[in-house]
Amino acid sequence: MKFRDLSELAGRNLREAVLRNTLTTLGIAVGVASLVAMLSLGVGLQELVGRRLERSGLFDSVLVRPRTGFGNQGQPRMLGSGGGPGPGGAPIAATPRPLDEAARLQLAHLPNVVEVYPEFRFTGDLRLGPGGHLAQIASLPASASGNDAFESMKGHFFSSPTAREIILQLDLAQELAALQQLPPADLIGKEVVVRYAGRQPLEPETSDPAARDTAARDTSNGRRPNQELASPEDAALGFSIVSSQVPLHVVGIVDAEAVTSGGGGFGRAGAYVPVAVAQQLAVVQGNDMSEIVRDSTTGSRAEHYANLTVRVNHPSGIPALEAAVKDMGYTAFSLQDVTRSLTRVFAILDLLLGIFGSLALAVASLGIINTLVMAILERRREIGVLKALGASNGDIRQLFFTEAGVMGLAGGVAGVALGWGIGRVIQLATTIYLRRQAIPAENIWSVPWWLVAGAIGFSVVVSLVAGMYPATRAAQLDPVEALRYE
Amino acid sequence: MESHPYTKPRGVGPVTTELTPGAEPTAAQPPIEPGGRDGAAIRIQNLARHYKMGSATIRAVDGISLEVHSGDFVAVLGASGSGKSSLLNLLAGLDHPTSGSVFVLGRELGAMTPIELSRHRNGTIGMVFQSFNLLPRMTVMENVELPLRIAEVPRAERPQRVREALERVGLAARLTHRPGELSGGEQQRVAIARALVNRPRILLADEPTGNLDSATGEEILRLISSINKPVASAAPGVPGVNVAAAHATTATTVVMVTHERALAERYANRIVTMADGRIARQERTANPAPTAEAIAEKGVPS
Ligand SMILES: Nc1ncnc2c1ncn2[C@@H]1O[C@H](COP(=O)(O)OP(=O)(O)OP(=O)(O)O)[C@@H](O)[C@H]1O
Ligand SMILES: [Mg+2]
Repeated sequence: MKFRDLSELAGRNLREAVLRNTLTTLGIAVGVASLVAMLSLGVGLQELVGRRLERSGLFDSVLVRPRTGFGNQGQPRMLGSGGGPGPGGAPIAATPRPLDEAARLQLAHLPNVVEVYPEFRFTGDLRLGPGGHLAQIASLPASASGNDAFESMKGHFFSSPTAREIILQLDLAQELAALQQLPPADLIGKEVVVRYAGRQPLEPETSDPAARDTAARDTSNGRRPNQELASPEDAALGFSIVSSQVPLHVVGIVDAEAVTSGGGGFGRAGAYVPVAVAQQLAVVQGNDMSEIVRDSTTGSRAEHYANLTVRVNHPSGIPALEAAVKDMGYTAFSLQDVTRSLTRVFAILDLLLGIFGSLALAVASLGIINTLVMAILERRREIGVLKALGASNGDIRQLFFTEAGVMGLAGGVAGVALGWGIGRVIQLATTIYLRRQAIPAENIWSVPWWLVAGAIGFSVVVSLVAGMYPATRAAQLDPVEALRYE
Repeated sequence: MESHPYTKPRGVGPVTTELTPGAEPTAAQPPIEPGGRDGAAIRIQNLARHYKMGSATIRAVDGISLEVHSGDFVAVLGASGSGKSSLLNLLAGLDHPTSGSVFVLGRELGAMTPIELSRHRNGTIGMVFQSFNLLPRMTVMENVELPLRIAEVPRAERPQRVREALERVGLAARLTHRPGELSGGEQQRVAIARALVNRPRILLADEPTGNLDSATGEEILRLISSINKPVASAAPGVPGVNVAAAHATTATTVVMVTHERALAERYANRIVTMADGRIARQERTANPAPTAEAIAEKGVPS
């Protein structure tokens, strides 16, 4: 028989026992719905985590440090023990290439690179009125505004990448405000003075041009060196360490567990300033000292970065970037290995959710077998008549297969719709729950097209497999028995 | 029950030889030879069908040899349980013999593949049952269309074929009715239309009048007879016999099981009486047997 005739006959047969076939189809629909709901949840959670990680800036960035023979300076602060391409016995004699402005430009011109920024981290004394408070201050690139931590901050992010502004961590703000007997939120808009150890370049004739530029900038920015540590040794350093201070506007208060400030750091600091501002401050950095020692052997002297964070437009660009960075003579580190195992975890989660979802479909397939076996008993005579009229066993088998397939298709389509509905309800409930907990709502639900097509296809396949036994039984029915007059 | 226009009412009593208008009167009634002959529609040789019921063996058909000529109208009589239905099922290829063979139009059913057997049932054979066996949820038209669907006849041809078949049984006006809305006789006529729609060479009927009153049964037999000898029995000048009659000019061999000897004598040209799975008696009635000329004229199936 032609497929069109088969499907017409199958449709007619399905309509004849409307209630039973509808219930069976509904059973399949519920099975498919549970599968879709489970997998959508898995996919949704995976996308949620993926989004979070991407926004954290940890997975699309490579941390670049100069190769060094000094201790474990090259190791990233977080996860320092495993991933960092440490010195591993590299001879000290092979002078490592310093991370200077030229290197920064070169990195910025690598393919897919979005941003290259250094991280500055230093201890400063924050003063508001008479009281002062020591705090760790970290620099933040403009891109950090997309960080989760700043979603729920009070006030706002830096108004520009060069604005002389500061964002306080909540506990620091509370302590500062307590000194003034103010609520912490009132600090926003106030000015704090930050005192820190700054580099003061030596006289032009003894310092190199880069240092002189820095000095000019510093002066124009109103930094007032008030104590010079001038000594004969300064000449060898190229700069002297001076106590410096700068007034900064408090623009926001953030309550973050972790903020990505670059430099491989994923910890928190007491306060944050824009990268450009931190750079202008000419803060004494940890690497300054080691470079002094190195420079004294090479004779060169310039402003160097302790680290640079290179961000690409997509995590997929990381391996190539890492290779390029290593070629340039620096160490490169990224958290891609961590994401890789995370992907595996989600694959297993999806598999488990899929298995649970499929259980309901397996039960539903028993419904198909039951319904079709019942139909054989009821339609014995009809099957006999069809055979007497010349229908082959294959025709009868295909007829029952088509009926199973139609139920599977209808159940699949209805199930996807139902599953989508269940997902919407779960999403709504989660949103309401998260709102109650004062957590911003999250999309934990995702129904990609492959899931829709896959669920319907799976439903049809499962139904056909379930229809195999009844179809074979119907095909093997003895027409003489079936037609015997009762 | 009105009589429909395609069968000529035949009087009870002495049967006169009716010939095709063009046929020579002298060529009537050649003797039926027991041996093989051209024009044998069905040849049965030592056919047996035994059912094993535990230790007992039921010999439903127990060694039958029979030849049915093209254009024959054979009535099978016999007591209940004598194996009539079993024999018919073997001819239809619905059942397989325990031993012996059946040749239909020269081909042995036992040598056919299952697919060939289903084509045999679909195209060569038309079956009519005592209980009509129409599919109750389908309309008259859909019931008659079923063999065309199975034969994969193009959709465009089907309505015309269905209408022709229904015109032949006088039910062209009841296309969209369901079997439940028809009388028993009308249902049997639909079943006959369904059996004829693929223009089979052989019509197998198992007690087609068993569920009908005698007047209606008579009517059904007249219809079957008209299918058996369409031109001869179609009254000349009856209006409306055109397309249907044109398609009906090929003689259809009929093997009909019945309990009613009177009907058999009136319409069949041969009567086979069965008892305990064997042929107990063979006789010829006064009705005309198909002539060689008539067969030649109507086209002998190859
Ligand atoms: N499937 C079967 N299994 C066992 N015995 C069977 C089977 N089919 C038929 N028989 C037996 O074979 C014998 C012949 O049956 P069959 O139906 O051919 O008789 P019949 O002549 O058609 O009778 P009726 O006039 O009552 O229809 C019976 O004794 C019947 O019981
Ligand atoms: Mg019988």
